[in-house]
Amino acid sequence: MNRLLFEKCGDAVWISHLDLMRVFQRAFRRAGYLLKHTGGFNQHAYVSLALPLSVGTESRCEILEFELDEPFVPAALRERLNAALPVGVRVLEVYDSPRKLKELTHLHAQVVLEYDGGVPAGAEAGLSALFTRETLPVEKRSKKGVSQVDIKPMLPSIRVERPEDCRLLLDAVVCAQNPSLNPMLLVTAIETHTPEWKPDFAKCRRVEVLAADGKPFR
Amino acid sequence: MTNLLERILPTVQKPARYVGGEYHQIVKDKGTVRVRVAFCFPDTYELGMSNVGMRILYGVMNEMPQVWCERVFAPWGDMEEAMRQHHLPLWALESHDPVRDFDLIAFTVGYEMSYTNILNMLKLSGVPLHAADRTGLKNIVFAGGACTYNPEPLADFIDFFSLGEGEESTVEILELYDRAKAENWSKAQFLRAVAQIPGMYVPAFYTHVYKEDGTLREIIPEDGVPKVVTKRIVQELDKAYFPTRQIVPSTEIVHDRSNLELFRGCIRGCRFCQAGFCYRPIRSKSPDVLCKQAEACLEDSGNHEITLASLSSSDYKGLEELTGRLLDYCEPRKINLSLPSLRADNFSRELMLRLQKVRKSGLTFAPEAGTQRLRDVINKNVTEEEILTTCATAFSGGWNNVKLYFMLGLPTETDEDVLGIAELAYKIIRVWKETASNKKRGLSINLSTAYFVPKPFTPFQWAEQIAPEEYLRRVHLLKDAIKSRSVDYRYHEANLSRLEAALARGDRRLGAVLERAVELGARLDGWDEYFDNDAWMHAFADCGLDPAFYCREFGADEVFPWDSISVGVSRRFFRKEYEKARRGEITPDCRQGCNGCGANRLGREGLCDE
Repeated sequence: MNRLLFEKCGDAVWISHLDLMRVFQRAFRRAGYLLKHTGGFNQHAYVSLALPLSVGTESRCEILEFELDEPFVPAALRERLNAALPVGVRVLEVYDSPRKLKELTHLHAQVVLEYDGGVPAGAEAGLSALFTRETLPVEKRSKKGVSQVDIKPMLPSIRVERPEDCRLLLDAVVCAQNPSLNPMLLVTAIETHTPEWKPDFAKCRRVEVLAADGKPFR
Repeated sequence: MTNLLERILPTVQKPARYVGGEYHQIVKDKGTVRVRVAFCFPDTYELGMSNVGMRILYGVMNEMPQVWCERVFAPWGDMEEAMRQHHLPLWALESHDPVRDFDLIAFTVGYEMSYTNILNMLKLSGVPLHAADRTGLKNIVFAGGACTYNPEPLADFIDFFSLGEGEESTVEILELYDRAKAENWSKAQFLRAVAQIPGMYVPAFYTHVYKEDGTLREIIPEDGVPKVVTKRIVQELDKAYFPTRQIVPSTEIVHDRSNLELFRGCIRGCRFCQAGFCYRPIRSKSPDVLCKQAEACLEDSGNHEITLASLSSSDYKGLEELTGRLLDYCEPRKINLSLPSLRADNFSRELMLRLQKVRKSGLTFAPEAGTQRLRDVINKNVTEEEILTTCATAFSGGWNNVKLYFMLGLPTETDEDVLGIAELAYKIIRVWKETASNKKRGLSINLSTAYFVPKPFTPFQWAEQIAPEEYLRRVHLLKDAIKSRSVDYRYHEANLSRLEAALARGDRRLGAVLERAVELGARLDGWDEYFDNDAWMHAFADCGLDPAFYCREFGADEVFPWDSISVGVSRRFFRKEYEKARRGEITPDCRQGCNGCGANRLGREGLCDE
């Protein structure tokens, strides 16, 4: 399967999943490549994104699958696509992979917690303790309504760091597929169980997609 | 730390529309440009980025090395609320700088119901609302667009109006401003000079005097400004500036495709149609230029769809050649070519079938009126026979979908005309039964009626708009006459079109109403979820005005609020057309012979449709 590894950062983080597919469909044309089209009544160019990314989340490890009608040179494709993409979306690698997407099982993600008045005393240790609890039930809101989930089984590892006076960093590995954990639910867990350490603002970035052996998935 | 905007963005719908950064947006060095323009579209990003005029003028302004033009759109309600809560002033997409820091603030206005958005955007920017309260050269507010030919309702808020096509005049405005800024002119000095540029209307230089009955007695221009300001046109469209390098939005917009203008103006002369008169004289682009621009636009944008736009595409002289060449380009590249506004004639039928090869779209007709008598009154010369023949061709080719657009409340309309709409729908059903090649999925007719709004610079500029109660009576008369389940009937909201009519022919006194309506929360009026008729009625009452006054039949010799403006078509011609309408007489299209509307005088050597 032909794949692209790309990053999405800066103002491009606000582009939604569906819009990002359109961005790539156009970028391929601008770069001079015609994507393979689906058959049927409404033909459209085929691209597929491995793991939908929430709006607002930055990522250095997005994977897009695509097919072209004609053979191509990966390095040239990368260069021409990068000239055709909006600021913030950048192709890092173009490659062919035999691996199935379902082998992508985990995600290395970081959540930045911002405290406008400085990180409260004890928060770092307190949050470390919070994430070592046996269970971490949180309320999950979706289109179907509100449900209770225990996020702990989907959180194989997590570290709390303090890179600056006003920020804490949660560096975590979470399950990525079946089931998957949205790293922003780590913030919900803080709000639920240790509201005294609720940050003023939190944002998330994906660092790497991982296979079951803990190595990067490509 | 993350800035305020980025903290707000995760909480609002479709945040991508607030940050810019799209492919081909223009970013310049603030340190080297001398004039900064905040180009505002008074509605959402999705609508504004679909506007061809805005794209052209964004290009025109940014072609000037000393100028940086950026885009500003109206925030959706959730974003507006967050902005107010956090005191975040309205910003421009390219630099994220606040609008109030810009030299010039320009609005393109295409719809009466976006007037409140203009006021609201100025408020959200922290810029004084009234032109008179902005005393310096900073934050000069100007406006143009199809809806500014009657600029009066906005006269209190806008420093000057740029009337007509802006490809050339906008450059003149910005050059003048550049000089004024360098030489430290006063605002008055600048506006005096602007008024000397053809096509510029500075409302502060015109005093409106009213009679006791509320109609205008006279309009008194100050010394040294033109009594009548005539709109600007571009003489040769082939040579006019057209940006083939355009911004490609990263989020879906309303018209998410490339757009090419075949020609400006219209030969048809439908008597209700403002665009048909305001864009005269008729000027075309050549197929050669269009093909080059189409290919350049498509290659540059990566769009997989292109629309050829005009007021009546079948009237484009080189249509056969152009569509042939474009299809040769588009088909192998899997690009859709769409061609709206085709008439129901023979050639168009064949063309329609050919266009469907890439993608099947629907069949749309706008007969506007239900009987031939009333279609003659409005000079819409599409016949029932043409509609039925086209339907038969399409149904036998596998189509099962028809959209029909009508208006209710047209001058001289009777119940018979209203019921004629239902009869036409039934005739179409009969044709479908006789000719459809595929009856499995049934026929679907989407029929909709608008509430007729008389517009300035049309033969119907004198006509009354029937009362909302009467409009709704006719709606129900029609509704009761349509029993078939194949027909889905929708009608326009009465209150919204009533207001549109009041604003369209409104005078300067409506400025106070607009201001009050915005205070009472009116904005995004074009959107059902925000339109608040009560706020508007309250605002009219508070200002001692009645919308019905602006919807009445105007006197034959009445001074119109828009009498200081000319679109090139003479009042005498409009009046003659109105009288012919009353007699049910049609006027042949311009190709059968010049009807003497006057617009050819705008063209070099009196040329029109050459």
